[in-house]
Order: sequence, then C-alpha cells, then structure tokens
Amino acid sequence: MTVSAAPAEAILEESRGRRRRRMRGTSEARAYGLGAITAVYLLWALVPVAITVLFSFNEGRSRSTWQGFSLRWYTWDPTGSVLNDESIRNALSYTVLLAVLATIITVPIGVLFALALDRWRGRLPQGANFLALITFVIPEIALAIGLLFMVTYLATPFGLGTWAQVVGLVTFQLSYPIVICRARLLTIGSHYEEAARDLGASALGAVRRIILPMLFPAILVSAILVFADVLDDFVIVRYLSSDASTETTSMRIYQTARAAPTPALNAMATIILVVSALVIVLGWLAYRRWTRKQGESTDVSSLASTL
Amino acid sequence: MGDRSTRFLWPILGLPAMVWIALFFLIPLYVVFCVAFGTVDPIFRSPVPIWNPLEWQFTQVEVVWDRLFGPDNFYLPAVLRTLLYVAIAVVACLIIAFPVAYFTARYAGNYRGLVLALLVAPFFISYMMRMLAWINLLQPDGLVNTIITLGGVVPLDINWLSGNPYVVVMGLIYGYVPYMLLPLFAALDRISPSLIEAARDLGASGFDLFRRVILPMSLPGIVAGTLLISLPMMGDYFTSDLLSKSPNTAMIGNLINLSIVAPGQAGQAGTLLILVLLVLLIPMVLYTRSNARAEVRS
Repeated sequence: MTVSAAPAEAILEESRGRRRRRMRGTSEARAYGLGAITAVYLLWALVPVAITVLFSFNEGRSRSTWQGFSLRWYTWDPTGSVLNDESIRNALSYTVLLAVLATIITVPIGVLFALALDRWRGRLPQGANFLALITFVIPEIALAIGLLFMVTYLATPFGLGTWAQVVGLVTFQLSYPIVICRARLLTIGSHYEEAARDLGASALGAVRRIILPMLFPAILVSAILVFADVLDDFVIVRYLSSDASTETTSMRIYQTARAAPTPALNAMATIILVVSALVIVLGWLAYRRWTRKQGESTDVSSLASTL
Repeated sequence: MGDRSTRFLWPILGLPAMVWIALFFLIPLYVVFCVAFGTVDPIFRSPVPIWNPLEWQFTQVEVVWDRLFGPDNFYLPAVLRTLLYVAIAVVACLIIAFPVAYFTARYAGNYRGLVLALLVAPFFISYMMRMLAWINLLQPDGLVNTIITLGGVVPLDINWLSGNPYVVVMGLIYGYVPYMLLPLFAALDRISPSLIEAARDLGASGFDLFRRVILPMSLPGIVAGTLLISLPMMGDYFTSDLLSKSPNTAMIGNLINLSIVAPGQAGQAGTLLILVLLVLLIPMVLYTRSNARAEVRS
C-alpha cells in the first residue's frame, strides 16, 4: 500500500499544483478587474469634488466654463470674494467656532462616560449607553426637531442660536468618543490599573496616571472625528439657528447652490475642505507619533476599523 | 482601602453624559410627542403642546392618517417614493461597495493604505459640497450637458435638476455609499486568507467561494452598512431639495421639513416624525444590539 501511495500522492500534488497555477491566472485577472472597478469608483467619488475645487479658481463668474486661473473669488473681487463678502467670512468663522465648541464639550463627557461604563455595572449605565448608541443611528432630523420643539415650547435657559446648535451637535456626536474609547479600554484590559492599585495608587490616581495616557490615541481620534463631522453638519445646525449670524457654510451651500451662485461658493466649500484635511492630517501625525512612542502597530486600517 | 471613594467615583464620572442624554435626548423626544398629540391655537395657528400624556389628543394624527390613507392621500406617494428610492439606493450601494471593499481588503497590496485613505476621504468632504459638485456638473450649461451635446453640436436641452428621479437616486447613492464601504471593508478584512485557500483546495469554484464563504462571512458588514445608510436616508430632505427641488421627487424628509416651515403644521411634522421613528425602531435597536454584541466578542 505504502509503495503505491507515493506516486498517487505525487499525482495529486501535481494536479493540485496545476490547479493552483491556473487559479493564480484567474485570480490575477480577478484582481485586475476588481482594481479597475475600484479605480472607476474612486474617480466617480472624487473627480466631481476636484472639479468644484478647480472652479473656485475660475477667473470669470461661471462654475462650468473655464475662463483662466485667478484668486478672484478668494481675495480680490470687490464684493463677491470670500475675503470681501462679510456673510461668507462669517459663515466660515462661525462653522469653525461651532466645531471647536462642540468638540471641547463632547469629548470630555464621552470619555468620562466610557471610563465609568467600563467599571460600573448596572441597568442605569447600560440603559444610558443604549440611548447614546441610538443617537448615533437615529435620523438626525429627529434630534434636530426634538430640540427645536423643546427650545420653542419649553422654558429653556437658552434660545435658538449658538447654544441650541452646540447642544444638538454634542448630543449627536456623543457616541463617537464613547464607542471609540470603550473599544480601546477593552483592549487595554484591567491589569495595568490593578498593578497601579497594588502599588498604592488611588482609584482616581490610577485612571489619571495610567489609563488616561493609554487612552490618549482614542481620545485624539474621537476629537478629530467629532471636529470634522461638525464642520459638515447641516440638519441640526439649520433647524436650531436663529438668524444670519448663526449661519454655517453648509447652510449657505443649501440656500444658494441653486440660485446662480458665483465661484465664491466653491471657494468657501474648498476652504472648509482644507480646514478639515489639515485637522485630519495633523491629528493623524500626532496619533502616529504617540502610538509609535508606545510601540504599537499603526496603520490606516486599524483606524478605519474603529470607524 | 478606598472602597468608599471608588463606589462613587464611577457613577460621578458617568453622570455628565447621563444627565446630558436625559436633558437633550429624552426630553426633546418627549416634547415631540406632546406637540404631535397636542392641539393648535385656533387664532394664532401655533401648536399648543399637551404635557400630560393622559390628556393627549389625536386630531393631528387623524389629519396625517387622512393624508396617508384617506381619499385625499397626498402624503402617500412621498412615503412610497421614499421606500422605493431607499431600496434602490441601498442595493446600488451594495453592488458598488462590495467589489471595491473586496479589492481593498484582499488585493490592494502595497496600495492598501492609499486606497483606504481615498475611500475614507468622502467622509470628511461635506455632504453639501459633494451635492454642490453635482449641481455644478448637471446644471444646464454644466459639464455633463457639454459632453452629451458634444460641446453644443447636438441640439439637446436636458434639464437634469428639476424633478428627475434618477438624478435624486444617483445623489443618494453618491452621498451614502462611503458609509456602506467601511463596514463592508471591516467585515471582508476579517476573513482569513487561509480560509479562502482551504475552500479553493476543497474544490470550490469562484462562484461557490463567493456564495458559501465570502457572502456569509461578510453578512454582518452588509447588515451594518445597510442600516447605516438606510436610517439617515429615511430622514433625508436636502438631497431631493438640492438636486431636484420638485414635489415630484419629494421624500418623507421633505414632508417633515415642509411642515416644520409652514405655520400651524408643527404637530403634523411631529406626527410624521413619530411614524418614521416607529418604523425605524426595530432596525435601530437591531443595529445597536449587534454593535454591543460585537463589542463584547472583541
């Protein structure tokens, strides 16, 4: 038996090898096919935006006929440029202000809640966590209208305008730091904290000196996500705005995109895009520096999977 | 040692978020019910919320019900249209996102980081800007018409931006497909290459491999992506407003938005919103539960 098994195995191996080779051929073809689809998708996803950016540098008033390169709609047009149109300038600075305020409030509340949730078992925190996750998937319009009604029909200490907008944004964004920090806390585990406690640290001291530094990358990522997401927010910001002084760039695009705007609108959108990109790139560099120092693996996919 | 301090430490840390969620999530939702089940001031046409649930009235609900299913059912087309648009957009997003995510997870090789960064990019480009991009392309003298008419040679005058359902659905797909891509990628990325190799060695053809290994294993990603895009689409009104502006492509979100803007119709807006939330309640809970389970497993 053993004598005849050897050639049989050889034959099996041979045919398997042949199949592997043939498969490698089809697999390569498949890779190219899928690669082509991916390339077409990326072109479709990004070229329209690139064209919008390009036309913000148009010399003339058109957003579809190229009339030469100029910074007219950014700087020197006497009335219509971003620099000289006060309402555009206000919309830009106000959008950034809202993003800063919302991030400053959302991240600490969410991080503390994630810390508490990791250690405090019970129905109350579990229920609160469930509600926080619901705010992540509930249509934004529900949060916005709820707050609009509350501010309108209940005596709240703030009216429509900046604070109503910030409150709505924080509620909507709260799930980001909670989810991201909880995932990170689960991987950190409890032994570092226990070691610190054994060495005589208080509970608060262990959190402050051991857990918070280890949590820092997750805090950073959630801050970047919240900031970038608030820059682009539309529904909450619009329903809870009071007047022209609380108008954001997204509201401005919504109101004027169909009313024959000039390339200044493209310029304004481009500036927000650049601010967003800057924050993400700077944040990403800081994240990499920090995690490298801690000797952890970092790649884009580990970040993407936390999303 | 220190047991008394720790017993209160964690609840204190968790308190701000819990107070916040109660004040600014639960109470606003309750107010929506009070407005929807309230009355309207006969003179000023302003809504009068009823705070006591025992005194709730359902006149607004009757109005909305009549407009949905009564003889004058002008809400119904928008509701059916929303379901149709969302269904088409979700299927299209799946068809687009699956090969792209599969390529990125398995074949991108050295370009993986770059491709992923490009896939994530639309997340950080404002939705409004991406719609503005298509308005620019599709306007009467835009690039799309220039290409179709070969620079004005062919006498065609297509107005894409007023009531064209295909444009609105395309806008939805364009706007939401990135949110389908990431959960799909995460699910596909988790499939171990040796598993695919094993299926191959056992003689699975390409189609078998897809149907019996890859598809079942990516199911959590498909479900997550589907929920993640269909839930916000149900409340979307700006896509239709920006790309069509016509009642012929109005969705439920547009009905709600218009009732909010119109005087005296806040109660109807609230009722419509509650209807949407009721329909979405099960998918929302499903999504949240499955996320919590995934968290426990990891």
